Amino acid sequence: MSGQPYRREGATGKTLRFRFDGRDYEGLEGDTLASALLANGVRAVASSIKLGRPRGVYAAGCEEPNALVQIEEPFPEPMLTATTVELYDGLVATGLPGQGRLADRPDPARYDAVHAHCDVLVVGAGPAGIAAAGVAARAGARVILADERPAPGGSLLGTTETLDGRPGHEWAAAEVAALEALPEVRVLRRTSVIGHYDDNYVIAVERRTNHLGAAAPAHVARERVWRIRAKRVVLATGGHERFVAFAGNDLPGVMLAGAARTYVNHYRVLPGRRAVVFTTNDSAYAAALDLADAGVEIAAIADVRQAPGETWAARCAERGIELLTGHVVTAALGEGEVSSVRVAPRGDGQAREIPADLLLVSGGWTPVVHLFSQAGGTLRYDEGLGAFVPGEIRQAVEAAGFARGVTTLRGCLEDGAQAGRRALAAAGFAVPSETSVPAAEEEPAAAPAEHLWLVEAPGDDDYGAHFVDLQRDVTVADVLRAVGAGLSSVEHVKRYTTAGTAHDQGKTSGLLTSAVVAHALGVDVGELGTTTFRAPYTPVSFAALAGRDRGHLHDPIRVTAMHEWHVAHGARFENVGQWKRPWYYPRPGEDMEAAVLRECRAAREDVAAMDASTLGKIDVVGPDAAVFLDRLYTNMMSTLKVGSIRYGVMCRADGMVFDDGTVIRLADDRFLVTTTTGNAAAVLDWMEEWLQTEWPDLRVSCTSVTEQWATVALVGPRSREVLARLAPGLAVDNDSFPFMTWREAEVAGIPARICRISFSGELAYEINVSSWYGLALWEAVMASGEVTPYGTETMHVLRAEKGYPIVGQDTDGTVTPQDLGMEWIVSKKKADFIGKRSFARADTSRPDRKQLVGLLPEDPGVLLPEGAHLVETSSLPEPPVPTLGFVTSSYRSAALGRTFALALVSRGRERIGERLYAPVGAELVPVTVTSHVLYDPEGARRDG
Amino acid sequence: MADSAAERRSPAAAYAARFEAASAGGGLRLAEIPFLTQVDLRVDPKSPAAERIGTAIGVPLPVEPGTVASGGDLEVLWLGPDEWLVLGPDGAAPDLVARIAEAAGGEHVSVVDVSAQRTTLAVAGERARDVLAHGCALDLHPRVFGPGRCAQTMLARANVILVAGEDDVRVLVRSSFAGYLAEWLLDASVEYVAGG
Repeated sequence: MSGQPYRREGATGKTLRFRFDGRDYEGLEGDTLASALLANGVRAVASSIKLGRPRGVYAAGCEEPNALVQIEEPFPEPMLTATTVELYDGLVATGLPGQGRLADRPDPARYDAVHAHCDVLVVGAGPAGIAAAGVAARAGARVILADERPAPGGSLLGTTETLDGRPGHEWAAAEVAALEALPEVRVLRRTSVIGHYDDNYVIAVERRTNHLGAAAPAHVARERVWRIRAKRVVLATGGHERFVAFAGNDLPGVMLAGAARTYVNHYRVLPGRRAVVFTTNDSAYAAALDLADAGVEIAAIADVRQAPGETWAARCAERGIELLTGHVVTAALGEGEVSSVRVAPRGDGQAREIPADLLLVSGGWTPVVHLFSQAGGTLRYDEGLGAFVPGEIRQAVEAAGFARGVTTLRGCLEDGAQAGRRALAAAGFAVPSETSVPAAEEEPAAAPAEHLWLVEAPGDDDYGAHFVDLQRDVTVADVLRAVGAGLSSVEHVKRYTTAGTAHDQGKTSGLLTSAVVAHALGVDVGELGTTTFRAPYTPVSFAALAGRDRGHLHDPIRVTAMHEWHVAHGARFENVGQWKRPWYYPRPGEDMEAAVLRECRAAREDVAAMDASTLGKIDVVGPDAAVFLDRLYTNMMSTLKVGSIRYGVMCRADGMVFDDGTVIRLADDRFLVTTTTGNAAAVLDWMEEWLQTEWPDLRVSCTSVTEQWATVALVGPRSREVLARLAPGLAVDNDSFPFMTWREAEVAGIPARICRISFSGELAYEINVSSWYGLALWEAVMASGEVTPYGTETMHVLRAEKGYPIVGQDTDGTVTPQDLGMEWIVSKKKADFIGKRSFARADTSRPDRKQLVGLLPEDPGVLLPEGAHLVETSSLPEPPVPTLGFVTSSYRSAALGRTFALALVSRGRERIGERLYAPVGAELVPVTVTSHVLYDPEGARRDG
Repeated sequence: MADSAAERRSPAAAYAARFEAASAGGGLRLAEIPFLTQVDLRVDPKSPAAERIGTAIGVPLPVEPGTVASGGDLEVLWLGPDEWLVLGPDGAAPDLVARIAEAAGGEHVSVVDVSAQRTTLAVAGERARDVLAHGCALDLHPRVFGPGRCAQTMLARANVILVAGEDDVRVLVRSSFAGYLAEWLLDASVEYVAGG
């Protein structure tokens, strides 16, 4: 291992090659990038975001505040912690100064999401979590055990503890493998539970192939979002060690004691050669002894307490480790990394400088209560632990093990098993009479910790290198400044200083920040509280959140039965809601303008057809259907004869137009209602709402048949002749088949319902067939080659020439039927209908309401932009400029031989003949106001 | 309508070959079952008409939410307190509609042929429920959603009706969404078919 100077003797495994900050290194299989860098003696891994100070690996897990890296190859990924990046061959990474860079190319990897349900979800596969999962799983419950690391074991991975006489991590691996073999158990490795919501809805992200680098199989989703519903959740999330605020506590070489222990035991790496240990509690002793046993010289242990545990003191003495009780570290010293540590007795006394390249710090351990808090649990301060622990919770959730403050291995196993039993009972399973947990070694009696947060500096000005949040470069000086500015809430201090807002969300620093604020305010940290815990617990890539909802799966694409034909014939498509509708069908060499003019001419002068299948269709059935429609539409529907069709407008209760369409009477008690394409679902909901909440006495049922039917609109003076050929059994003359009636007949051999309605003013038919036959009908219509297919743009032009409004384009929810020039459609006879009352309001009869009119630009070649405003004067006055209204539709008309527009204009009908101006860019375009019906105002063309 | 001279085309017809390719491994089988009869029925469940209809079609209308009753070649899906979907073989709609209308006997009953409103995608094989779990928030475990159960829910971003079988789930999807859902199913299946 000569290539890895800090690798422990005897470490084995496959050698992996990687590159960091432009230099090539080797690591071992099982390494993280952090452990591999430490093995190579790389101390400064990143630099800090504001101050540019060098920073090294501080922790061994997701709580890492410092070692932010950017993966460069195989695919760029920013802002990862080196402590959670598993090493693979060919990894190329760089250290980051707090911020990374997104990839400049699309991510080729797959991402997905999955829903899962279980009786018991256990978060954390440490001793408590495995014990809980074991109890629940063996009773037959559906169990999910999720853990963020590649292997189960949690705290056991970093220690030399044994269970049932074998290494703890081996027990964990064997036990989890046994559980995984049970049919109803799912073990999720490399899976971070990031959010815990109401009803035990829990979100986790599984990193499935990230650790394989370029060898990752392309068909396997790289990351997977798990959306889990659990009857019961056991949070066995363990703890994070925290550090202490002292001068230079950010220097590379300063490391959390527990992390150093993990590097030595789990990763077989020496984080340094000569270490000073600074602790407030017993836990750092175990770390110091493991490091000493691995060959790291422990120069001294500075314990803030006067009386550490006797067993630990004795073990230090056995190894000749100097124990400095009642001491603190006042500074970590060195250029770019630790070279010595200044230690001083608390209170008065001479400081000492001890040469060392490693300073292990333990300010105590904080239970990971993030998820418990997110789930709605309260927290309470535990004096003994010096940390917040779970309190009450209204959900079926409990914390187990260290997450709720249990400190011994034996205690955590027992606590986990009990949590498992309670979860079983809560999920309705028989609880076994007894459960066993593996035997753990006797642990030394614990001596109480002393919660020291801050090593005081000689003067208030000397806190500029006492860091509380390493990633955000927040120091005690910043906190003091915040408190000095009058802030007394940790939430405010967080926002003022940015402490706790980095990628790590203050996992190691949050409580420390609170404690320093409390110290400055002279209050108790338990009383002051913590900042809010919010999802996500660890950062999540946007790619994972997007999952497979990208590209063509981003949103449903709805198509009609004729879609394949449209595609094959070169249609350009328009999005109408989720529908893809043919917009126009350009012929070779045609642009959109030429194509639309040609299609318009065909419809006005010859024969053309459009796929109108997307219109919403609702069957309204029942003895009270006619009454119901009378109340729903502004005009009378009950007088409609079977066999006939009527156009109708629906308003909201405020009298504003909501939707329009046709009503076809199929039988006395059966109508077919059509809606606009975009409003199909809204109209059905509207009907159901009135039926269910206001008029439950009406015997009416509404059923969507939008996709039951495919519809071809056959339009133009020659449409009758084409229809007659396609439907030889149908009498198509005007007397036999008059306007606004429907007939049933076979069209091209297909049973069809043909409606004589027109949205263009021309003679026209809408032919409806079962959507299974939609393509066959369309092909039959097109077969002769004489019918021109047209798209939505032509439809828009044709209807606008006739002044037919499009709901949602020429209306915006503030427009009444009267505003549209459709007084005739508002019944004066009906006792009531939705919106009627509003037409008696002064506002709806205000003379200056905006009314639908036509506009003719004085230059017939000028096309007004839709949305353009209209003003009265030929030059703009000083702002604010009074606007009279705006353009809602604007087209080039083949029939008119010029451009035209529809607009909503204040007192519009009074202004017919007036000249107005539309500011377009720097110009004011003069336009003449006309009737909104610009083509065939006498309606001479509808009968062909 | 089945006797028409013109050719019918089902909404997912274009996916037949890709469904077949995805089904080659056997752990998962995807297929469209086209042209099945689907009739939407609205009737007061407490009315004599409801009972008469049950008798007429040979399947009593199920009243437990989310359940399916079957008899002969018909299945009746509970969709709501007064709404059912009757499923039958290709071509059965006209006769079924007539039988129900006759059994209604003048009471208010809505019976609408919606056979072409939705198509049926069969997702079968031991991985069927795994694939669907990628887009369906409901618990599809056989203990919860086994034979005899149906649900109206979302699959990915499409409204669907799911009908549970032993090792298969039928997905009834609106015709206009069939292409989207077929693409989605094929994408969600990649890990279960391509050496996964």
